Amino acid sequence: MVETAEEPEDPMANKGIGPVSEVTLGAEIDEAMAAEGKSIFETMCAACHKIDEKFIGPSPKGILKRRSPEWVMNMILNPEQMIKEDPVAKALFIEFNMSPMANQNLTEDQARKVLEYFRTLE
Amino acid sequence: MLTLTGLFVFSACKNGMKQNSGILNNQSAAQKVYVAPGEHDEYYAFFSGGFSGQVSVYGLPSGRLLKIIPVFSVDAEKGYGFNEETKPMLNTSFGFVPWDDAHHPELSQTNGIPDGRWLFINGNNTPRIAKLDLSTFETTEIIEIPNSGGNHSSPFTTENSEYVVAGTRFSVPFPQKDVAIGSYKDNFKGALSFIKLDEDGHMDIAFQVLVPGYDYDLAHSGKGKSHGWTFFTTYNSEQSHTLKEINASQNDKDFIAAVNWKKAEEYLAQGKAQDYPTEYLINRYDEHSHTSTSITRNSVKVLIPEECPGLIYYLPTPKSPHGVDVDPTGEYIVGNGKLSADLTVHSFDKMMTAIANEAFEETIDGIPVLKFEEVLAGTVSSGGLGPLHTEFDADGNAYTTFFISSEVVKWKVGSWEVLDRAPCYYSVGHLMIPGGDSKKPWGKYLVALNKITKDRYLPTGPEMNHSAQLYDISGDKMEMLLDFPTVGEPHYGQGIAADVIKNRSKKIYPLNDNTHPHNIKSEAEARVERDGDVVRIYMTSIRSHFAPDNIEGIKVGDKVYVHLTNLEQDWDTPHGLSIMGARNAELLVMPGQTETLYWEPQKPGVYPFYCTDFCSALHQEMQGYIRVSEATSDIKLSWSLGESI
Repeated sequence: MVETAEEPEDPMANKGIGPVSEVTLGAEIDEAMAAEGKSIFETMCAACHKIDEKFIGPSPKGILKRRSPEWVMNMILNPEQMIKEDPVAKALFIEFNMSPMANQNLTEDQARKVLEYFRTLE
Repeated sequence: MLTLTGLFVFSACKNGMKQNSGILNNQSAAQKVYVAPGEHDEYYAFFSGGFSGQVSVYGLPSGRLLKIIPVFSVDAEKGYGFNEETKPMLNTSFGFVPWDDAHHPELSQTNGIPDGRWLFINGNNTPRIAKLDLSTFETTEIIEIPNSGGNHSSPFTTENSEYVVAGTRFSVPFPQKDVAIGSYKDNFKGALSFIKLDEDGHMDIAFQVLVPGYDYDLAHSGKGKSHGWTFFTTYNSEQSHTLKEINASQNDKDFIAAVNWKKAEEYLAQGKAQDYPTEYLINRYDEHSHTSTSITRNSVKVLIPEECPGLIYYLPTPKSPHGVDVDPTGEYIVGNGKLSADLTVHSFDKMMTAIANEAFEETIDGIPVLKFEEVLAGTVSSGGLGPLHTEFDADGNAYTTFFISSEVVKWKVGSWEVLDRAPCYYSVGHLMIPGGDSKKPWGKYLVALNKITKDRYLPTGPEMNHSAQLYDISGDKMEMLLDFPTVGEPHYGQGIAADVIKNRSKKIYPLNDNTHPHNIKSEAEARVERDGDVVRIYMTSIRSHFAPDNIEGIKVGDKVYVHLTNLEQDWDTPHGLSIMGARNAELLVMPGQTETLYWEPQKPGVYPFYCTDFCSALHQEMQGYIRVSEATSDIKLSWSLGESI
């Protein structure tokens, strides 16, 4: 009766909307970077995201199997537009009780370090 | 429709000729003050709140209220003076004083031009000067002025904000002591205080000049050629202490005191100042620790004119001069004789010549009185009554308010010719032109700050907000554009081009820079600690929950400090905190800031607390409970978020 909504793309191909268009991940995890990312995450993000449980927002565990690195960084850096316009972020916003993802004003460099930390959460 | 418009235009033209009003004129005025939704005003205007003790920030030309900044009075809306961090800001040598009467905002200057760094404002009643940081729009420093009473001729700044000044309106025993009021002429003295700003912008009193026991009413510092001098008006040179309404108006002339502060610096360096024991406080707020501290000073340096020749002169000025205003060139010093129809204008060059020639009428307590005719540049015969204050535009014109005849009069600096006059509704006090008391006025607009409102707006009972009126002064004739109510008494104002300030305005406090002694930087650190009967709750907020949000083990009689750190790092995401029954205000915590609510629970029960500032769709869920037990109970201190204790 209704036209099928846009066929959900392969989530791994969705880079999201925001300043990050291309991220290259090193073959190995950069441990120093990941450690910095962990510390940023604990101050800026951990009030809503727990590693081992669904909390205010989803757990970042294994996120790089579900989302592209660009999407993750754009979600951190540009949450207002993402929850309005990106189909995956929109669905998550509804699923998580319409609790808005807070823009914690991370720099791109900080967001990249958080991403590196997420690589350690398998 | 076309026909209708045509008719209106026709009739407006017919009537408009005579009255300078009517639809066409109103439409043009409306267009000039219209700032479209989402657009920004061209100027910031800072108006004092007078007896509200605060500063209100408006946009011009729209007349939109942007913010009220708490300064000398507690403000429950923002928790100012209620939270532990800002209570010290209102400390004085008399203890905590939660109110003052704020009169003259003054923007800091660089090279005589308002630079948008700070706004100073005086507290009249318990003499103080506050400094507001215009990157955060917060009060960051308040200094008390000793040996003073009614700090009215304040806080006018020098060309590079080397100093702000504070002259006493009431002379008082100097230093304070218990004497008969009738011994006024023997015991009462005036103090002209110079408050120096150090490299970090911190204020402290550099020196006071001990002057005869008159009333020192207003001030302005010299600029350009007169940089290095500050001028104070005096009245009550009769030295009356009762029924001043009559007794302070007997002399035909009072004085403008001219203080050579560069000379004062020389005398200070030579060790000519005397140390007078006294007590005054300096309260400083630090935007990184988000806390304020009070420093006590126990002496002040005093320069005595008899011992310091060349430090100060008196310029005779008719009829109890009120405002003293220096034109943008620094040459003309305008004395607004409030019981007169005329303005007296002195010449700085003539003053310097008179000093060199020792053209003195007499000497009072070591202060030479210059001969009136030797310093007079001219008189503006205004036709108005009760001149109070003068400001300037960028084209060599001056604008003076007349309280009694309720009008602004425009006149030409140098020729003293009256060019235009416009009525005010009603009884105008100060006026404000953006940059109008500086070396480079922006001009364009003039705001009349009126004392009486009466029928200007919808009535609101016996008390009404004071009215302000905005005029376009870009043409030959002043044109009234807008009439708007203000907060408290808008005693004086300052205006500045918006661009100077708006790009420096901070959006958040970075969490990483937070050095509050009781901050926490993540939810993982959230906890409750007991030390005797002192309980500290280390709490965080983020949309939309507090951590912890369930707390047990608090007892009646405990002294509870809730240290709330707002973990948000986005613009305009404050969280509030209030606790049922707390005999205190709320907290309103900006992103990255820590603030503390003090609470003494009175009786056992379970106390809800919640966020007071609507923060997200789940704001109504941003709440928690604190269980309070009898003092003797053995309920263990515990806390949680997301699970049962």
